[in-house]
Amino acid sequence: MNFEWTDEQQAFRRKLVDFLAANLPEDWEEFSKHGPASPALTEFARGFCRKLAENGMLFPHWPKDIGGEGLGPWEQQILAEVMWEYGEPRGGQYMNVNWIGPTMLKYGTEGQKAKYLPQISAGEMLWCQGFSEPNSGSDLASLRTRAELEGDHYKVNGQKIWTSYAGLADTCFLLTRTSDDRKKGITILLVPMDTPGITVRQIPSLIGEGDIHEVFFDDVIVPVGQRFGEEGQAWEIIGYSLTNERLGIPRYHLAREALDRAVGILKAEGEFTRETVKAEAARCAALCEAARTAIYAIVQKRVDGGTVGPESSSARYATVQAERAVGEFVVEYVPEALAGQSAFLQMHHQRGIVAGIASGAAEIQLNIIASDVLQLPREPR
Amino acid sequence: MLLSLSEDQTQILDFIDSLTRPYATVPMHDVSFALTSDDLDRELVEGGFLDVMAMEELGAVTAALVVEKLARLPFAVEAAASALVRPLLDPELPRPLCLVEEGSLRKPVRFLKPGATVVVVGEGGVRSFTASDEHVRSAGDEVLYGYPVAFLTSVPAETRSHDVTFERLLTAWRGALAAEAAGLLAAALASVTTYVGERKQFGRAIATFQALRHRLAEIQVATNGVYWLALRAAMTGTAGDAALAALHAQETAKRVGYDFHQFLGAMGMTLEHPLHLWTYRLKLLTAELGGRGSQAVAAADAIWPD
Repeated sequence: MNFEWTDEQQAFRRKLVDFLAANLPEDWEEFSKHGPASPALTEFARGFCRKLAENGMLFPHWPKDIGGEGLGPWEQQILAEVMWEYGEPRGGQYMNVNWIGPTMLKYGTEGQKAKYLPQISAGEMLWCQGFSEPNSGSDLASLRTRAELEGDHYKVNGQKIWTSYAGLADTCFLLTRTSDDRKKGITILLVPMDTPGITVRQIPSLIGEGDIHEVFFDDVIVPVGQRFGEEGQAWEIIGYSLTNERLGIPRYHLAREALDRAVGILKAEGEFTRETVKAEAARCAALCEAARTAIYAIVQKRVDGGTVGPESSSARYATVQAERAVGEFVVEYVPEALAGQSAFLQMHHQRGIVAGIASGAAEIQLNIIASDVLQLPREPR
Repeated sequence: MLLSLSEDQTQILDFIDSLTRPYATVPMHDVSFALTSDDLDRELVEGGFLDVMAMEELGAVTAALVVEKLARLPFAVEAAASALVRPLLDPELPRPLCLVEEGSLRKPVRFLKPGATVVVVGEGGVRSFTASDEHVRSAGDEVLYGYPVAFLTSVPAETRSHDVTFERLLTAWRGALAAEAAGLLAAALASVTTYVGERKQFGRAIATFQALRHRLAEIQVATNGVYWLALRAAMTGTAGDAALAALHAQETAKRVGYDFHQFLGAMGMTLEHPLHLWTYRLKLLTAELGGRGSQAVAAADAIWPD
């Protein structure tokens, strides 16, 4: 057992950091306040991800034959940490790395892989995730957006909500209902967002501009070839996807960076001498590092070829706790940060509110831990 | 980065499982405040399980794994100080090893008895002596903690100085505390999990009520964090990692102690269930090294030095 990075892993991190230093604009921190789904950052990300791809840094952990560098899960984690430490300059394309790419590789048809993987690996494609509906949030299996099979196409009608990136995405990874069976009646369609019948309305949010949306589907025609997996296979596929997504964002790392910066501000002001403040900062650091090690244990499982299971929910919940603790520390001791005085801390705080809500609410993670980690008998339904 | 257990580590933990199987459970209705076993202690010593830190291919992480594993037993074993602190002083020091903060004679000392090695840790240095009758005052029968404890009456004028810094010793102590707490938390959680899965009220297992499920799940998250931070502290040996691990351990112990008993309802008030063996050890661990506030300040000073 060794908690130190190898020389190669450290060199990989340095390479990424050097690349960011050379390729991010001087006003990047201020610029990144726009939020990862903003038009400005989305446009920037398209060019930036192309550069990452050209330099082998967009999917370094993918096999070489599909455009990667053949590196492993640790490098994937390092990549994620560095990107989030810098405010995620990949914008919404981080999803491609975290779960859309892996899911496409596992479940896509040869035709879908041939169509989408080159665009994804070139850093040219932005997806949105059409999961939640007005009455189907945590209870995702109750979704009602209907896809009726009509010959060689599906006709889609319904509504999605709180959809990140929908305003500028190229394609929607859309969950639809194709039969009344609660879970086995859900089917995934890959729907170009410029298909007639799709209407997107932005929802003002605390996260940042352009982040969440309502998406309406009115008689949207989707060819059968755009179905992802078999009819009714969605629940299995999104289970796989969400396991990846829950680990995908290294919020513990961003939180720790925010904590270090907040402490830096307090030290500069001569205010990091009170023991109460120090103790509170240390408690935040402990939560960040506890989450980090929990996540790393899962990365190790991937390295060893194991299947990631419910322990990902435990690690995710630890990350939520760390994120919130740091957010509150900043508010309590560096309140000016959220009044435009620190672009980085403000960015962290705005994105932090998502931690326990998106990709499965924190309470859902607790349910999973109770049932599948602690093996407690399930609640009656 | 490599977080898998080595084959040697897995084997050692398997050996401990086999060796401790007769000590893994205690009969209900027959549980005192502190449960110890000389036979278990002797078997652990003879097997060399408390000496793994000095072995090059095993090291401090293996020692921490051993401590965590042994802490899960209902029997209290003086393992943490022997396995993780003694190698810094003198691997031949007689056991049990009792760690004492300089100038703090009012606190109960775990495992203290005549013949024990008392290690006095202060900013002036680290020194030890063998306790005799005159240094030990019995705590009597009114001790609530799940350890055998006694009071130290005095420190003799003549002690043996050790060539280890106060800071290094504190770091090892904090790491040892975290490893032991990780095992205690895991055992208490497992014990409660079993009980709430079996106990029925309102026609169903009480584990099916979300009011318990979410709190138990949060305890699992915290316990998992204590485990990994303890192992990291053992591996890196840095002051910051050790202080963070001890802090997280004491914070968690404080937060979950009453919850564990609450989940057992009235059974949680009795000595008929072994839960108190782990929770009341955790309580005493929260009092070590100045408590969690001290670990927090120590962590902050190590992580963000002036």
